[in-house]
Amino acid sequence: MAKPRVLVLRAPGTNCDIETAYAFEQAGAVAERLHIARLLDRPALLRDFQIFCVPGGFSYGDDVAAGRILALQIRHHLLPAIQEFHEQDRLILGICNGFQVLLKAGIILPPDADGKPVATLTWNDTARYEDRWVYLSVVSDRCVFLRGIRELQLPVAHAEGKFVVRNADWLERLAHRGHVALCYQMPDESGRTSAQAGTSQPWQTAVPYPWNPNGSMGNVAGVCDATGRIFGLMPHPERFIDVTHHPRWTREERYEPPHGLLIFRNAVSYFE
Amino acid sequence: MLWEVDIYPAPGRPDVVAEQVRHDGLDLGIQGGWQVAAGRGYLVEGDFTHAQMQRLAEELFADPVVERFVIGQVGDSSLLEPPSPDMEPVYVLPKPGVMDPVAMSAAAAIEDFGWHARAVRTFRKYWFVGLSPSDLRRICQKILANDAIEQVIFGALPFRTLEQGRPYEFRLITVPLRDMDDQALLRLSREGQLFLSLVEMRAIREFYRSLGRDPTDVELETLAQTWSEHCSHKTLTGQISYRDEQRQIQFQNMLKETIFAATHEIRRRLGDRDWCVSVFEDNAGIVKFDEDYHVVFKVETHNHPSALEPYGGANTGIGGVIRDPMGTGLGAKPICNTDVFCFAPPDISHDELPPGVLHPRRVMKGVVAGVRDYGNRMGIPTVNGAVYFDRRYLGNPLVYCGNVGLLPRDKAHKAAQPGDLIVLVGGRTGRDGIHGATFSSAELTTESETLSGGAVQIGNAITEKMLLDVLLVARDRALYHAVTDCGAGGLSSAVGEMGRAIGAEVDLERVPLKYEGLSYAEIWISEAQERMVLAVPEDKWPELKELFASEGVEATAIGRFVPTGRLVLRYQGHQVADLSMEFLHRGRPAVVREAVYQPAPSVPMVLPPESEVDWTADLLAILSSLNVCSKEWIIRQYDHEVQGGSAVKPLVGRWNDGPSDAAVLRPVLSSYRGLVIACGMNPKYGDHDTYWMAAAAIDEAVRNCVAVGADPSRIAILDNFCWGNTDRPEVLGSLVRAALACHDVAVALGTPFISGKDSLNNEFRLKETETIAIPPSLLISALGQVDDVRRCVTMDLKQPGNAIYIVGITADELGGSHWAEIHGLSGGTVPRWNGERARRVFEAMHRAITSGCVRACHDLSEGGLAVAVAEMAFAGEFGAEIDLDAVPCAGSDLGPVARLFSESNSRFLCEVPVNQVSAFEAIFAGLPVAQLGTVMERPSLVIRWRGQTLIDTPLDKLKRAWKEPLAW
Repeated sequence: MAKPRVLVLRAPGTNCDIETAYAFEQAGAVAERLHIARLLDRPALLRDFQIFCVPGGFSYGDDVAAGRILALQIRHHLLPAIQEFHEQDRLILGICNGFQVLLKAGIILPPDADGKPVATLTWNDTARYEDRWVYLSVVSDRCVFLRGIRELQLPVAHAEGKFVVRNADWLERLAHRGHVALCYQMPDESGRTSAQAGTSQPWQTAVPYPWNPNGSMGNVAGVCDATGRIFGLMPHPERFIDVTHHPRWTREERYEPPHGLLIFRNAVSYFE
Repeated sequence: MLWEVDIYPAPGRPDVVAEQVRHDGLDLGIQGGWQVAAGRGYLVEGDFTHAQMQRLAEELFADPVVERFVIGQVGDSSLLEPPSPDMEPVYVLPKPGVMDPVAMSAAAAIEDFGWHARAVRTFRKYWFVGLSPSDLRRICQKILANDAIEQVIFGALPFRTLEQGRPYEFRLITVPLRDMDDQALLRLSREGQLFLSLVEMRAIREFYRSLGRDPTDVELETLAQTWSEHCSHKTLTGQISYRDEQRQIQFQNMLKETIFAATHEIRRRLGDRDWCVSVFEDNAGIVKFDEDYHVVFKVETHNHPSALEPYGGANTGIGGVIRDPMGTGLGAKPICNTDVFCFAPPDISHDELPPGVLHPRRVMKGVVAGVRDYGNRMGIPTVNGAVYFDRRYLGNPLVYCGNVGLLPRDKAHKAAQPGDLIVLVGGRTGRDGIHGATFSSAELTTESETLSGGAVQIGNAITEKMLLDVLLVARDRALYHAVTDCGAGGLSSAVGEMGRAIGAEVDLERVPLKYEGLSYAEIWISEAQERMVLAVPEDKWPELKELFASEGVEATAIGRFVPTGRLVLRYQGHQVADLSMEFLHRGRPAVVREAVYQPAPSVPMVLPPESEVDWTADLLAILSSLNVCSKEWIIRQYDHEVQGGSAVKPLVGRWNDGPSDAAVLRPVLSSYRGLVIACGMNPKYGDHDTYWMAAAAIDEAVRNCVAVGADPSRIAILDNFCWGNTDRPEVLGSLVRAALACHDVAVALGTPFISGKDSLNNEFRLKETETIAIPPSLLISALGQVDDVRRCVTMDLKQPGNAIYIVGITADELGGSHWAEIHGLSGGTVPRWNGERARRVFEAMHRAITSGCVRACHDLSEGGLAVAVAEMAFAGEFGAEIDLDAVPCAGSDLGPVARLFSESNSRFLCEVPVNQVSAFEAIFAGLPVAQLGTVMERPSLVIRWRGQTLIDTPLDKLKRAWKEPLAW
């Protein structure tokens, strides 16, 4: 089987493209970083790839709002190409800013009956950017990227990562439809694992700051589409693909394989 | 048509901004039942229908899930409808000409809808009720807006169009310098913001008399910038006659004979093993890293702009220093940032502030946000820093920003060639930053804000990020011969410097402008950010132009390097300047400066009787002192993991919140070779003796690197001198003395200086006769290397039962210590430095870490042994039990105060597994080392002396004291 090809999108202000491409390659893919201008010129370029990834950063400076301007560009020019790509059983991943972009472009979650978005990512409750490691538990068994994973430790680094739904009913609805893929969790006393990993409905009990780092409703850290093939998450899996990435590798048993790498391997093995 | 879109939190959503304003207002002492609501918005000028604006508001400007919006044309009553009864609006807008990056992005996004906006501007809109007019003004001034860059409008907006600048009509301006007497020369220097001395002004007058003509304004500006302290460092590279209690020295070039000389000596000694590549030449120092790459490092200061506009000053400070590695060799890739700040204590009362001074809390918040927003957007991890507090930084805060870059080995050298095109790339040129170079060399006064507001700038990180991305591609395709950044002095300095050995001609009307109305002189000296200059061979120009265009980055050929030895400027065909490079770069008259140093008289420190010392209270007080306490609030606002190479983070330990000695990262993802970044500084020792202050700063920077595992024979250091007014011989003397220490310590350790920078005249003038000078502030930044990051150690205790060792000698050196500070004690001896011992301790420490017998290592610095062991314990969440009797001391009669709190140099604490104890001791044979105690399960810190328990305190109490003060 040929290695799957990954398009890692680069826009003005994207800044995690190199390490994200590297992570995909460590997982066995061939990754190419492509500027948005090339894709706008020729949306059909997407056909050469199996995985489409919008990595982290500050696309267009996050001016106006995080991910908004790139999301608009995608909505204005790339929706048909992306839809075709998705229909051909390929994968789409948005990390941090990429999650903001995909969500705001309406690519992950379908709008409500009036065509209005049901969820957004907005300012952290702390009203500031924060970089810290979090504990995560996997909720949906549908998400291709999270297959076989129960819990994760990964870093978040963002200012606008608070997941908010239009009204509280929507949380329940999204969860029941399998859209809620990843939730922030408390650690157990040892600090080595999630306290409630495997809890069946981790979106129901509010996890306090800093473990829910941004005040996300339902502790939501990541969501997927109905097929599980489009996934967006605020944490950065590409920042935990080596044991020395973990903040406590000098004191605890080593986490092997590194948790972030599991996500990239899942994406690659989908095409094996 | 001028449309306005106001955006507010949707009903039921918290108004976070308003809550913050109210909180800050109460902080200001404005009591009562006043209320505030807050929004933000956009002014959009263009021919839009209401339906179009509606769509822009829904899709672009507002988030329909969490926000609501109001749209109208300026003047519509709907825009003045208060969110709750009787509220009155206040608008805060950037002043015309101030960078507004969000507006620029919004304008581009509107184009993507297929529509066109003639102009866009952002604003913030507040609504108040229940405030007196004076309280409202106070809130506007102290909380909402900064006069230097923003305007406040009460009530409806008074304009119907956004100011765009007016066309400029060419008029050549000459300055009748030849006829000026001394007084007129001085007045011109001051009022024209040239900030040159009389001797320098006279030299210029004589030069033009010999030419038989008067200078043009732009010639004079070019000379002033090139000769400014900021660009030429004329004080420290000049002649100095120095005298102290031991010696008299006549320097021809002070820096060259002290700091550069040390590096020269080290490189000579290393011979074939020399690992420096380029020092004190390029925009950053370059050293070898691995088979494929060199690394480069530069640290700059941006003090004066940050005093006036903390956000913009720090923002452009970090943006500027990032361009230094980008402009080093043929362009390095920036891989991490450092930041070190000096502020007045944030608890100072508003009534104590002199006029024209911003509150230190506001300065600190603004500076941190400025570094955060630029560094994070650039995708460069900010991994190391420090904050120092002292009242003398009140009018003159210090902002040091550093950047490390990775440079392919074959890209280390550059040279513009005659015939190369001068190509300006990156951002457009505006009126921002006019006179930054000369202004930063002047003293701040209560009037600086009005006088020099134009020197304040706001950066646009994304412009620089786009430039960086495409520049590295152009570099790898070898499309240019040389690159440098447009920093202080703008084009004047970049082109003047690059063409110094050749000659250059520039057509100024080709420079792309942000708006109309700039004169040729303003174009030439503007310090608008995010610009760089390339020397591009004619045959590569089409490819380079196309490459830059493909990523949306402007590249414009504005002139040519020509072998004339002259700098010729034209505007629309008119010649506006013709200067010889020789006079420009070598015409500045040499001045011999006087420097004297008289060490403070030695006064013993009078200690209280031991029985009266409350050991636990003292430790808690030091842990919660501003200089020692946790900086987590700052650190977490920086992305310290982007680029994917983080190996030791700035915060470590069981809950990721203990203070790491240094950061370690892997710049090449496929390799485990690492870089170690740390710093050292202690202005408090400078009040005693700047020689020992400098020695301690270097020792601290180096031992921080060694503590995590860096190889001491591969550490490069940088100096940044921030000093008061060096026209005063005793101030210059204290600096020269520090430079002498830099020489001696660097040579003794074999640790070369590779780059540096100075910022002088850091004084704030209150009145004609009264100034506040900053304390001597020498920052030493260190760049270490490790063969394999998997060998690194962190400072948190790991395992109960392990032994705790101290390495190094503790002496009676409480002068300038934190213990002395919390007790208000003066006198005493500051830490001295023993080069032979330091070198041997560092080497042994490195062997111990590399051999794997150290589980944790922490350096002893502020607060001495007591603080170090407390930090190790609460970071690891394991107790520690130590006995002071065993501490190796200088003099056996050293009391427990000195043993616990003395800040003697070159010391470490180590955690050693029991089965490694003999290996560890063998490595330190012949060196001062002793086991003090053990790691224990019980989460307490226990310290004993002669059988008595001085301290037995739970770790969570210690940790809380350390974490809370700056947990904003």
